[in-house]
Amino acid sequence: MGKKWIAMLLVVFLLAGILAGCGGGTTSGKGSKEPTKLSFWLFNEVHKQFYEPGIEDWNKQYPDKPIDVTFEIYPNQEMGSKLLIALQSGTGAPDISDININYFSNFLQGDIQLAPLNSVVDPIRDKFIESRFDCYSKDGKVYGLPTHVGATVVYYNKELCDAAGIDIDSLDTWEKFEQAGRDYLAKTGKKWIGIETGNQRPFWPMIVQRGGDYLDKDGNVVLDSEINIEVLSQINRWYNEEGFAVGLPGGSTATEEAFSFINSGEIAALIMPMWYMSRFINYMPDIKGKVYIRPMPRSGPNDALSAGIGGTGTSVTLQSKDVDLAVEVLAHLKLTPEANIRFWTDAAFDPPRWDVWDKPELQKPDEYFGNEKVFNMLLQLKDNIPSPNYGDLSSSAQDIVMNTVMYQTLVEKQDPATVLKNAADELRSKQ
Amino acid sequence: MSSRTIVEDKKLAGTVKRFLYSQKVAPYVLVSPFIISFLIFFLVPTIQTINMSFHKVISLNSMEFIGIKNYTRLWNVHFFNAIRTNTIYTLICVCTMIPIPIILSVILNDKLIRGRNFYRSVFFIPSLTSVIVAGVSFRLIFGSLPNALFNWLLSFVGVEPVSWNMEYWPAMFIMVCLALWRVTGVYMIYFLSGLQSIPEELYESADIDGADSVKKFFHITLPLLKPTTLYVLTLVIFEGYRMFGESYVYWEENTPGDLGLTITRYIYMEAFRKNDMGFGSAIGITLLCIVMIINVIQLKSFGLFRKED
Repeated sequence: MGKKWIAMLLVVFLLAGILAGCGGGTTSGKGSKEPTKLSFWLFNEVHKQFYEPGIEDWNKQYPDKPIDVTFEIYPNQEMGSKLLIALQSGTGAPDISDININYFSNFLQGDIQLAPLNSVVDPIRDKFIESRFDCYSKDGKVYGLPTHVGATVVYYNKELCDAAGIDIDSLDTWEKFEQAGRDYLAKTGKKWIGIETGNQRPFWPMIVQRGGDYLDKDGNVVLDSEINIEVLSQINRWYNEEGFAVGLPGGSTATEEAFSFINSGEIAALIMPMWYMSRFINYMPDIKGKVYIRPMPRSGPNDALSAGIGGTGTSVTLQSKDVDLAVEVLAHLKLTPEANIRFWTDAAFDPPRWDVWDKPELQKPDEYFGNEKVFNMLLQLKDNIPSPNYGDLSSSAQDIVMNTVMYQTLVEKQDPATVLKNAADELRSKQ
Repeated sequence: MSSRTIVEDKKLAGTVKRFLYSQKVAPYVLVSPFIISFLIFFLVPTIQTINMSFHKVISLNSMEFIGIKNYTRLWNVHFFNAIRTNTIYTLICVCTMIPIPIILSVILNDKLIRGRNFYRSVFFIPSLTSVIVAGVSFRLIFGSLPNALFNWLLSFVGVEPVSWNMEYWPAMFIMVCLALWRVTGVYMIYFLSGLQSIPEELYESADIDGADSVKKFFHITLPLLKPTTLYVLTLVIFEGYRMFGESYVYWEENTPGDLGLTITRYIYMEAFRKNDMGFGSAIGITLLCIVMIINVIQLKSFGLFRKED
């Protein structure tokens, strides 16, 4: 009989132990030199490459405030939803987290659960491409720190262009760019440019360059504006009428097939942001040295020289046990000149802090990109890189462009104006 | 220890024993883990979801009542696309995922087949892989480049390369392929166990009457497999309407032209990507109703609600 009772008692203790584990109250030794534990969520392994040296750097500079950061890496979309649920339910969020710009607007609704970062941003704001803070701000408060500018450029395969007698330095207007496309197709029988039929490039950078966008500054839907219709018709003409544009396999620049397609020299030009450089370096080894980067062509002097597309905002959550420390650490990891140099040297991102662009580390010629000094070109664009407007409807607007607008126009060959009008109406009904 | 406490202990132990061994209580004790987990993990969330579907959810603690507005918003082209995709997908699944496993199981149940245990496991192994893992391979097999495996095979019969994930019917085809490849083995096992419960005497007497194997299949095997078939049919319909993984592996971030948009995926997009939990809940409740109605119709038409004679 006694044995049975002991067994039951053991079971009770076991259960109690399990339940106690759920509470998880850790008491950290404050005041001592015990490092403060911070958790950091990422959705891309690459980012770890420049955060880790930054943390080592912090521990050397501030021995009185040592930190111990644990990284957790999740797939992009999954991390977005996980963090959203953690913040809404009030438990389980990390101290610091990367957030993809596509989902950032979700975190700026209702009771904002991210810490405002103005105290660290305002002193150095003028050293940055300012539009990159606007993407992560609401009502004058900054909630995320940028990782790159994402300046849109054109990647040319110079070997193919030279063989077809096209001088890439002369292509400064869209008219000349299109003529080059026609010539290239006529001479080689191959496609000039790759576009995304299931995503939003080059449509988005091209409308932002001309002053168009999905939403206006106040978050109202302007998806069916004249500029947008013109640009969509233009891309449609390239693809369906003149035929010098080809849809990238898989419908996007991010698929394995698209990498191998570009790598095998099927297209000579690609309009993508600067962060796409890392994809070239990592996934397209065969065209090393043949890829040259040039600014976007323009339709007139009023057009911007580029457009900042894509991005990752890094935020401190209000669930952090030590918000102030986390904000300081984050500023150290993302705002200092050293950190910005690392964005380039460790991950090939164009750093948002422009006063490092002429530093020797960034001025080193790049073997992959024709041994050119990429940042000399970028410095010329510096004051003219607008970013899109972000608002509550950002995620929905991008979804509708990626899933409906591009597909219906390019693949189903519907009228661009009607497609944009319908899409804009659908978005407005959500307002 | 005094003798009194020992007596009390024994009494108490006796009561516990009587309680646990009583015929009235024991069944409840045995089903209680299921009932409790059902209440906590199913019923409570369901009620909460119904509640959320009538609200605009700002955060889990603050909600704004908006009546049936979430449900009226369902009247849009994306939701109809999702229902259409799910329905066509389910129909194709019903037409393939029942006959193929039946035929396979009949063949593998035949004692004349050599190495049938080996083949049984071969057909079963795919179901052990996860959709995501299998999906990665399938995505590469159905690449849209001319040198992707399936396009390469098609080139031998003179078919032009197909953009599998950018057109409607090819997209449907690759989703069904992945599901079929994975579940055939499981359903085959169900049918095999169904086959083994059919008495051997029936076949013997059919032999004496001079029936050939086709006749035996249609007049003995199929009718006696009816309970298993019904069970599998219910599963296929349910799996078809809640399909998510098969679409997710081919179109990870977004689905151009709503090609891979299923109802479950629509919930995921609205609730988690666009932070609209209220609308997501409304879609979920609608999905629940659709599946319930279909299942009730199906069970009724097969006479499962009739009282046994």
